[in-house]
Amino acid sequence: MQAVAFYILALVSVAAAFLVITAKNPVHSVLYLITVFFSAAGLFVLLGAEFLAMLLVVVYVGAVAVLFLFVVMMLDVDFAQFREGFARYLPLGGVVGAVLLTEIILVAMTVAHTGAAAKNALPMASAPGVSNTEAIGQVLYTDYFYLFQASGLVLLVAMIGAIVLTLRHRPGVRRQNIAKQVARTPKTGMTIVQIKPGEGVSE
Amino acid sequence: MTFAVRIGQAVKGAALMDFVGAFGLAMKYFVQPKKTVYYPFEKGPLSPRFRGEHALRRYPNGEERCIACKLCEAICPAQAITIEAEPRPDGSRRTTRYDIDMVKCIYCGLCQEACPVDAIVEGPNFEYATETREELLFDKQRLLDNGDRWEREIAKNLELDAPYR
Amino acid sequence: MGGIAYSNNPLIWSLLTLGQILLIVVIVLITVAFVILADRKIWAAVQWRKGPNVVGPFGLLQSFADLLKFVLKELVIPSGADKFVFLLAPVISVVFSFAAWAVMPFAPGWVISNLNVGVLYLLAISSLGVYGIIMGGWASNSKYPFLGALRSAAQMVSYEVSIGFILITVILLSGSMNLSTIVEQQNGGFWHWHAFALPTIVVMFPMSVMFFISFLAETNRPPFDLPEAESELVAGYQVEYSSTAYLLLMLAEYTNIVLMCCLISVLFFGGWHAPFPDDFIKTWPPIAAHLWALMWFVIKAMFWFFMVAMVKAIVPRYRYDQLMRLGWKVFLPASLVGVVLVAAWRVFGAQG
Repeated sequence: MQAVAFYILALVSVAAAFLVITAKNPVHSVLYLITVFFSAAGLFVLLGAEFLAMLLVVVYVGAVAVLFLFVVMMLDVDFAQFREGFARYLPLGGVVGAVLLTEIILVAMTVAHTGAAAKNALPMASAPGVSNTEAIGQVLYTDYFYLFQASGLVLLVAMIGAIVLTLRHRPGVRRQNIAKQVARTPKTGMTIVQIKPGEGVSE
Repeated sequence: MTFAVRIGQAVKGAALMDFVGAFGLAMKYFVQPKKTVYYPFEKGPLSPRFRGEHALRRYPNGEERCIACKLCEAICPAQAITIEAEPRPDGSRRTTRYDIDMVKCIYCGLCQEACPVDAIVEGPNFEYATETREELLFDKQRLLDNGDRWEREIAKNLELDAPYR
Repeated sequence: MGGIAYSNNPLIWSLLTLGQILLIVVIVLITVAFVILADRKIWAAVQWRKGPNVVGPFGLLQSFADLLKFVLKELVIPSGADKFVFLLAPVISVVFSFAAWAVMPFAPGWVISNLNVGVLYLLAISSLGVYGIIMGGWASNSKYPFLGALRSAAQMVSYEVSIGFILITVILLSGSMNLSTIVEQQNGGFWHWHAFALPTIVVMFPMSVMFFISFLAETNRPPFDLPEAESELVAGYQVEYSSTAYLLLMLAEYTNIVLMCCLISVLFFGGWHAPFPDDFIKTWPPIAAHLWALMWFVIKAMFWFFMVAMVKAIVPRYRYDQLMRLGWKVFLPASLVGVVLVAAWRVFGAQG
């Protein structure tokens, strides 16, 4: 049962990943990418890492991919221009791809030989009664505390950088002050004027 | 604007007092009797002056009132009325054709005001929707039939409105 | 439901689970049908109207008449539309809105899948719901749907952040992400519910109100229904949809609303527990006790749906910048403060 689920998810994720780079429409590419994320989350669940799976869905599918989709949807894409550069970038892309593939194959071979896969297969089974989530929390907030904080800081710096790059204070823009508007009452916003006949209001 | 008042407003805003007040008001409306009228089965009141579907009236002896003076045709701002007239064999002047294009008509009621003999009137009927445009081009026969069908209501309305004329 | 499905035979287990899923789907569908009617009735009542009252007694069958009408209509696909994505979008919406019900505990043990990360699962699924809207809006190849989809996506992503933080306060309080466990901890009268439990009421009651407002934004309900603001975008991302596809989008929307109503009662208002200590049900036969629990769950969920409908009736629509301001400048800091306070109480408070 688990094997069937694994092969389905793995097939879907590989096929979708292939479609990400072959799809003509970039929006379709992003949608296939989301499928990849989703199947990867399914694989995590199969591994027993349900917390990681949910985080993958929440963060990558729910937030990051939405922003991807945003940007890609609003791009004014010229498909002809896309294909024009294909031949030119093919050698470079091919080299990069080949290097990555070699690395992955090397790593996989090493893991298979030294038996790291067997060691990693059931890491959570060691602590019965401690759920997956708690186990991650216990490791994350003790052994890897500084790394965790540092990665948080990296994200914070990235956020501040983005804000600094895009924030412009334009002079002369009238902004709404909601508190001020809400604070306005008939007493402060209205005056009752007694007008004598034939005079009008002098203002 | 004193500081204390601002604080009070902030507290009121944070406590969603506006929402609570609106909720109370809404609940008051919620339990009150509803104003819905089940239209085809119930109808709202109509004024005697209501200007609905046109009708040509007759005298009690069956003689049609219209004398083909063409005042209605002249005054109609939408030029919806077309009248042709000839003397009848008995010498009286009557219309041979009295058409109202109900698509053009704006229901201003000027035709019934202009009529010296209360022949053309706008009756209380407003339910004469049709499926084709042609059915809304009323001819004399249709208008006279309307008059026959609605005579009681029309007479009652004229009577009720008479004191104010 | 749950508790029955522990059969060792995988085939029987699968069949039982399938049966439970079908049961839940049917119940939710029927609930949604009546909830739509209730929504319209409540809205009407506040405006001194009677609402739909022609089909069936008191108009009870109105939703089914609407369903028939939608199903029998022609499905129009715009000529410039991305046909596959256009048709996929409503299906995705419905699938995810129903998938979320898998972890909803209706009564003790009455849950299809008692996930340990139930709260996170709900958060994940609700964050996926946005895809139906974006894909539908984009695939329609039209301006209004596209603008509606953009608005909706930005809005849902924004409010998910504050919803996430509010969920964290609940997780911190109960020390579990399992929804059944969260409910069980609120046993014994309303002063044990997370929203009203005494020392933390200062933080948790405002949190529950914020959760309510955030889920209105998350489900695109008034006053945050900017993706489909009639006066601006006609019907937003649904403009080009007709017939069954439109029906599915509406179904997904209302299913999500009902789900959120159930969720707020589970997280903050004691789920299936009665508002008073109900130890006397321990002597009842189990099925009666379960039904008693289910009754309270339904009452609470329906109360929150009533609130949702009332909000629609009485609150004017927010402008988009006001919506974003509320989400990022008010709710996010406030919920962060809430998380800090609850965490501090957990560490330094009575239990710590």
